[in-house]
Order: sequence, then structure tokens, then C-alpha cells
Amino acid sequence: MSTPSRPDNANQPTLSARSRLATMRARVVLMLQKLSRVVRSVLRTAGLRLLHLWRASLQFRVIASTMLLGLVVVVILGSYLYQRIADGLVNDRVLTARAEATSQARAAQARFDSAGRTDTVSLTQLAFDVVGQLSSPGADHSREVILTRAKNNTGAASVPTVLSSDVGLPSVPDELRNAIAADPGHQQVQVISIRSSDGAPVSAAIVGSRVNLPAAGQYELYFLFPLEREQQTLRVVARTFALGGLALVLLLGGVAYVVTRLVVDPVRRAALVAERLSSGRLHERMRARGEDDIAKLGKSFNAMADSLQNQIRQLEDLSRVQQRFVSDVSHELRTPLTTIRMAGDLIHDSRGDFDPSVARSAELLHNEIDRFESLLSDLLEISRFDAGAAELEVEATDLRDTIGRAVDSTAALAALRGSRLEVIPTDGPCVAEIDPRRVERILRNLVVNAVEYGDGCPVRIELAINESAVAVSVLDSGVGLRPGEAALVFNRFWRADPARARTTGGTGLGLAISLEDARLHQGWLDAWGEPGVGSCFRLTLPRRTGVPIERSPLPLRPDEEPSAAGLPDMTGNRPAAPSGGAQT
Amino acid sequence: MQGRVLVVDDDLALSEMLGIVLRNEGLDVVHCADGSSAMALFRESRPDIVLLDVMLPGIDGIEVCRRIRAESGIPIVMLTARTDTLDVVVGLESGADDYVLKPFKPQELIARMRARLRRGDEPEPEQLQIGDLSIDVAGHSVNRDGRPLSLTPLEFDLLVALARKPWQVFTREVLLEQVWGYRHAGDTRLVNVHVQRLRSKIEHDPEHPEIVVTVRGVGYKAGPT
Repeated sequence: MSTPSRPDNANQPTLSARSRLATMRARVVLMLQKLSRVVRSVLRTAGLRLLHLWRASLQFRVIASTMLLGLVVVVILGSYLYQRIADGLVNDRVLTARAEATSQARAAQARFDSAGRTDTVSLTQLAFDVVGQLSSPGADHSREVILTRAKNNTGAASVPTVLSSDVGLPSVPDELRNAIAADPGHQQVQVISIRSSDGAPVSAAIVGSRVNLPAAGQYELYFLFPLEREQQTLRVVARTFALGGLALVLLLGGVAYVVTRLVVDPVRRAALVAERLSSGRLHERMRARGEDDIAKLGKSFNAMADSLQNQIRQLEDLSRVQQRFVSDVSHELRTPLTTIRMAGDLIHDSRGDFDPSVARSAELLHNEIDRFESLLSDLLEISRFDAGAAELEVEATDLRDTIGRAVDSTAALAALRGSRLEVIPTDGPCVAEIDPRRVERILRNLVVNAVEYGDGCPVRIELAINESAVAVSVLDSGVGLRPGEAALVFNRFWRADPARARTTGGTGLGLAISLEDARLHQGWLDAWGEPGVGSCFRLTLPRRTGVPIERSPLPLRPDEEPSAAGLPDMTGNRPAAPSGGAQT
Repeated sequence: MQGRVLVVDDDLALSEMLGIVLRNEGLDVVHCADGSSAMALFRESRPDIVLLDVMLPGIDGIEVCRRIRAESGIPIVMLTARTDTLDVVVGLESGADDYVLKPFKPQELIARMRARLRRGDEPEPEQLQIGDLSIDVAGHSVNRDGRPLSLTPLEFDLLVALARKPWQVFTREVLLEQVWGYRHAGDTRLVNVHVQRLRSKIEHDPEHPEIVVTVRGVGYKAGPT
């Protein structure tokens, strides 16, 4: 059908014209297809919108159903009434028509019976006179008259068919003529459809009877009563019914609207109040007046809100009490510890004067005070996280400096354990909006951890940056982590191997605090490890506060591509959740 | 180290221990156990430095600090057991030069006190110019158009440290070490708070500083002379 258009060829003008025509037709078809597609898509959009409205709005549903049902009722009732009225009108007219026809036919018969001359010409003249007389005076055509020879009249002398107007013999149905032929003594009536003078179809009642013409024999006399007036009346009735029905349906819709507003409005208000409540405005309440169902809903809703508010208030109080307690414990424990610390230091400084056992005791005392102190401060830090009292103090910081400080402060420990700390240099600055104190603490914890479990192997510290994040990974090639342990290392007081002695005096809270610190930054802290291969801890922080991390610039596993690391399915939706445990 | 220390702390054991440690360092120690009598004792004993506990019966440490600051610019070191950010900031803004977190190492406290008491050790006359300020280092005075500005010794030290090397950007850590005497990393908020206080005294418009300028992401430097 869509023959490709060809360049005009002079030798084949008809062909080229045909091909042009085909092209044009193809173009038109294409346009039509496009149009139909547009129309279909518009229809589909409108349909979808309606469907959505139907689903989303109770009010729309109620109004639409009410109006639809109302329409059905109005149509059924209207058609029934209309039919009854039409039947009544027609029957009435037919009755009068019959009466009129009877008297007129009798008058006509009388005229024919008293005819003096019975030759064809005179009879024809008489027939014309009678018909002209019978048809209504004036031009309102309230009845027409047809005089025609009966079907079974085969006499020689005949009078032609006489018509009062151009209605014509064909409008007399055969059925009627047969009925008169079968039962000539009675009047026969039928309602037929004819064309009026202006060509419009109009119903008419036709009444037929037999008359006897002298010498010419049996003739049929038909009276045709057009039902124009009745039809006009019916048209007015129909229009009134349609308008009335429409008004009724609209009215029903309006009533449904008002009624549903009465029900839906309080429900919507309830939904709004519930939304506000859930967004934290605990003082929001519903209006609950009266005794009806809506008021009952409002009352129970408010009771629920009251109890919620009470419980939340209690929890808040509890949290406040806990924070207060932590703060008090902090003060109460710290002051005596300060005295102990100073006394211990004084004794420690002069341990040279003591005998060896007392001197060693002084050393132990000194070391354990250190440990006690770090344990206390870690505990307080954790409880501050738990109470939600930890605050981030963000400033733009070059992470190279932070790493430098963390490495400096752990270098002594690393040297003691024989581990070398290798910081892989980066090209440019790695500036991110971080809380430098917290990040340094994380890194210190990670490095200390790596040194402790690194068994004297070198610890590699790597730094990288991408569009959304900075990452530091701390790698050791020590004992590594057993399967499943990567998820446990961040637990409080968790130990890789309970039999393994703690030598660096860690509190067991370091990684838990680091994880909390990373979370506070909305960053990630992940662990990976394999027995005998080593372990890797990776800290990923957003470069700008509040801008989420897309992916970590560093791999978690040393042999992995960086792009594969930090995928959402690996870390899940839990930022800073320990991940990678399943990979071991 | 020479000088007189006023220790204001309600914990008697700690005060006594502090007394022992500080006397070993050659300092003269005066003790006060509550906030209400602290001011009277301060005026009477005329100390060179005050160690002040934040939580005190009677008037609390922050109020005592404010009152001492209203009378004198002598060094005040707060002793606090609360690490809440608010406590520290409020303490610093009430005029404390430095704060020490309990439990502290005695050496750390002594190092900080030494940094605060070190003045007068280097009497050679030195005249510095920064912005429209002239600084007489030996005379401990800062003048603008001949009119002296009143700075606390710490603010003076901070300004001198910046003015001596106007071409150099100082990180907060370096300032902590040079001015406050920290040997390890300290709380950089100390620097922020005191730079604000210094600016409010020396800048024409503290909102748009021209003498002590912030270098974003690095630290501070002295503005063009």
C-alpha cells in the first residue's frame, strides 16, 4: 500500500502520478494513524484520570454512582410515561376520527343515493363534489378523503379514484383494503405513517368504510386524519421529559454532593489531623461535637492522640532523665578520678624511691588509671550517642591532615608492636565537610585496631575522593576476620577471640563509637576480612553535609574494583552498617 | 614556675591533691571551696592565675568567671567534668582562657598553666604593627591612634603570635600549641571563641574582620599592615 515515492519519470507519467497518489495516500494514512494514536492516548489519559479519581475520591464515587443510577431510573420512568401519554393521545384521536368518519360516510351515502343521473360523467362530478365537501373546509387539512373503487368491484361503469389532496392512494395500506373487503359492513381503522405536505413523515389515522354508488357499485371511502397536533404535543412532552430528567439527575448529583460532603469532610479533617499528628504536632485534635458517628470517631481519635502524646512525653522525660543521669555520673565519677589520677602520677613519678614491689604496684596503678579513664570516657561517649546528645561540628577539612594526626598519635604504639604505618600519598587535597575531632578518633581507632590485630605486619592507609564522597581504608595483613565476623566487629565489647589477650588496652568500645561517629556524619563504616589474609576497614564520608554518598571511592576488598564497592545492595539501606561479612 | 594560684573547687580531696602537685611546682596555692566567697578571696589574695571548677555550690563557676573577668584580665583556667559542647562554649564565652577536662593529667594542667604564666620571661623591647594597631610587646599594650585597647593577656598573646609573622597562615593547632601551650591536639573551639573575642575588641567591624582574617579550611592570619 505504501509504495515508496519515485522520482518523476517522463516516460511513465500515469505511473508516476499513481505513485504520487499512493504516496499521498500513504501520508494521509500515516497522519490518520498518528491522529488516532494521539486521540487514543488522550482518551487513555482521560480514562486513567477518571479511574484514578474513582479510586481516590469517595465523594466522586458516590456522586457518580448516584447520578448514573438516577439517570437509569429517569430514563425508564420517562419512557414508560411517554409511551402511556402517546398511546392515550392516539387512542383519543382515533375515537373521534371514527365518530367523524361514521357521520360523514353516512352523509356521503345519502348524497349518492339521491343522485338523479347515473351516467359516468355525472357520477364522477358528484363524486368530486362529495369528496370536496367531505374534506374539511379551509386549508388546515384536519382530514383528507379518498374515494376509490372497491377491490372486488369489476363493473363496467366506473368512477375514477377521487382524492381531496395529493395524499394518494398508495398511502392506503393493502391490509386495510382487504379488511374492508372481508367485512364491508363495518368501519376499519389503522394508524399509518404518511408524508405531510412539506415532506416530513407524520402519523395519521385512516378510517375506511364502504359506500354504494348508483350504477358504479361498491366503492371505498377513506378518511385520513393526520396526527400532526398530537405529534407536536408529544414532542413537547418528550422535550419536557428530557429537560426534567436532566435537571433531576443534576439535582440528584447535587444532593449526593451535599450529603457526601457531610460525611467526607469530617473524614478528610480526621485524615489531616492524623497526618499532622504523625508529623510530630502532638497537640492536634479533632473536633468532636454532638453524638453522631463522626463525633464518636473524633472522640476515639482524640483519646488515641492523648494516649500517644502521654507516652511520647513519658519517653521524652525518661530520655531526659537518662541524659541527666549520664551527665551527673560523668561529673561524679570524674572528680574523684582526677584526684586518683594525680595521686597515682605523683606516686608513679617517685617510684624510684620505693622498693621494687611497691614501685611495680605504682606502675600498675598508673597504667590501670589510664585504662579506667579511657573506659569511662568511652562509656560516656556511647551513652551520649544513645541519648541522641551527640552533635556534629562540621568544618571543611583536608583529610590528609586528619590522617596525619591520627598516624602521629598512634605511631608510638605501632613502633612498639613492630608495625609500619604506610600512608599511600594522594595527588591533591581531599577536602570534605567533616567533624575533624570525630573523624580523627575514628581513624585512630581503626589504626590501633589494625596494629593490634596486624601481628606486626605493615598497616596500609589509603585515601581517595570522588564526586560525592571521601574514603579512608585501613588495611592490615594480619589474622583477618572469620566468616560472619565482619558484621560483629562493631558490637560493643565484642572480641574476635575471647582467648586472645588484649594487649593494647582497648576498651572494646572503640569500633562501636567509630560506627556511631560515621553514622553521625551520614557516612559508612564497613569491614572486610579473611582469615590469614588480613582485614580492611573502610570509612566513607559525604563530601558535603546532607548530600548522600553515591558510591565509595575505595574498594572494601583489596582485590576489588572501586566501582563495585559501596553499591547499595552491598551496604543495604543502612548507612554505615557493617557489610561485607557475607563475602568472606 | 612562680606565682600564686587561686583554686576554686568544692571537692576537698581534689583541691588538696592539686595543692600538693602545684606546690611541688613551686607555686603558691590559695584554696576556696565555694563560689560565694571566691570573689572576696580573689580580691584579697591577688592571684596570678585562677583554676575554677564549673560546678560550684553558691554561685556557679561560669558566673564567678564572668565576675573575675569584669575586674581583671588574669588567666582563668576552667576545670570541667562536663564535656557537653554547651558547657564548654558557655565557659569560654564567659571569659575563661582555657579549660581542662577532668580527669586531667597533672603534667597537662601544669603545661597549660605555664603557658598562661610565661609572660614577662622575654623582656626585650619589640614593636609590632598590624593594620592600624601598634603593639608594644614588652609593655603589653596595644594602641590604636595613640589610644590603648584593653586586651586580656591571652588575647594579647594571640594577637602578638599572629602579628609577628603576618605572612604566615596559622592553623588552629599551631595556635593552640604556641598560645595555649598544648602539646597534643586540643579543642580548636578554644581558638575560634578567642578569635571572636579578640575581633570584638580590635576590629572596626567584627563581622568583616580586617586585622585577624580567616583563611577558609586552614586557619587564621594577620591582615595586611
